[in-house]
Amino acid sequence: MPDALLRVFRGDKDGGQSVDYKVPLAPGMVVLDALHSIQAHQSPDLAVRWNCKAAKCGSCSAEVNGRPRLTCKTRMDSLPLDQPIVVSPLKAFPVIKDLVTDVSWNYKVNRKIPAFKPKPGVEWKMDQRDVDRVQEFRKCIECFLCQNVCHVLRDHGKHESFGGPRFFVRTAGLEMHPLDSVSRIPLLKNEMGLGYCNITKCCTEVCPEEIHITDNAIIPLKERVVDEYYDPVTMLFRKIRGS
Amino acid sequence: MASSPVPNRTTHLGETQRRDAWWLELLPIIILFGGFGIYATARAFEGKFYEWGPYLSPFYSPLLSFSWWRFSPALLILGAPLGFRTTCYYYRKAYYRAFFLDPPACTVGEPGFRKNYSGERRFPFILQNVHRYFLYLAILFLCFLWYDAIRAFVFDGKFGIGLGTLIMLLDVCLLTAYTFSCHSLRHIVGGKLDCFSCATFGVPRHSAWSLVSVLNERHMIFAWASLVSVGATDFYIRMLASGAFKDIRIL
Repeated sequence: MPDALLRVFRGDKDGGQSVDYKVPLAPGMVVLDALHSIQAHQSPDLAVRWNCKAAKCGSCSAEVNGRPRLTCKTRMDSLPLDQPIVVSPLKAFPVIKDLVTDVSWNYKVNRKIPAFKPKPGVEWKMDQRDVDRVQEFRKCIECFLCQNVCHVLRDHGKHESFGGPRFFVRTAGLEMHPLDSVSRIPLLKNEMGLGYCNITKCCTEVCPEEIHITDNAIIPLKERVVDEYYDPVTMLFRKIRGS
Repeated sequence: MASSPVPNRTTHLGETQRRDAWWLELLPIIILFGGFGIYATARAFEGKFYEWGPYLSPFYSPLLSFSWWRFSPALLILGAPLGFRTTCYYYRKAYYRAFFLDPPACTVGEPGFRKNYSGERRFPFILQNVHRYFLYLAILFLCFLWYDAIRAFVFDGKFGIGLGTLIMLLDVCLLTAYTFSCHSLRHIVGGKLDCFSCATFGVPRHSAWSLVSVLNERHMIFAWASLVSVGATDFYIRMLASGAFKDIRIL
């Protein structure tokens, strides 16, 4: 088998450089295998975050040839090997070391979202039709590729005022839950900045779990915000019904 | 091991590590949208060649004529379909990428001069939130277009089918598919409910929501197909009305 040339970012929050490594290819090899090979044979200090190696833990997110990917799910034979394979850390988050980024901002956003609160005296029984939608959102593995690709965070750096696709998915799962009693619509409009999203669908394109983030989570939430804040007829009906 | 420069983390237009021709996905949008925009504007202002026999151009339907209006009748009505398409969730994605470069493509840098990004939170883009009102207008317009399509089967009081009839029928079918696959409609018919099984008319609303959801998955295809079909229908009728083409009678 021939060798592949990997161009891997090495550095920390103060900067760094891309370093080239030649790695022998093996059948079925994924980018994470190549990074492990570098660790084992060339640079034992190369920092890579990983855990399950089965595309289920969401730890090994990085940018491969400029595309946000799970390195454990990106096969080497799917990449053009006539040029160096560029592996970089997630651009939307600060680098800790090499390919490891500090994603703790996401956990702060998560804490802003009110947890599930059942309606008083609820019967703990749900119709399958009512939970189909929500089950899609539960597939999220929190790899934060959608957060990384979202231009509101990546290019505009709106970390202070925007929640990001991952947390719109989580909020959608709670908002659409048939037994939940809390409204998170004001939170979505104000603190989580749903209006910053201009639905360019990059989050949906990169999701390794193939969650229809834009169509099934973000747009339905935008429509709920319209119900609450921008649709005078719906607002009037709500007022008449006293709800 | 060899070193290469530090990755540049500042954003400027087109900055990316992507290897593919990402700009290729913008070209069809620019050509189709731009071409349609130029053609539709020219036709809207032209004010003639919009009727031939039982055929009426979709740009001029419903045909309104007032003694006080001295310009093209299309200008009275085109705001509704234009507003529906402009605020459409799919087209927003397409034109934010292709015309506003916001972003031009995923993980591709935006123009560096944009410092105060506000998305759809401020004027003018906050107006995208009125999409559902354009949907209501679009459904009303569909009624007129279906009427026109049915009327296109009647030649001098007798049943007949011309090539124009089939073009108008295909056009209205595609427009119906585009309108009924709308994200706002999906929300209104049932998506807004948290509990289908406990709501009034919850079961039929779940069925309606499921049906619109199936159509909604193809919203992009219907958006482009209906855009092309509207332009093509108008073009065919214009050619007939100006005498450049002769209608082919099938029946």
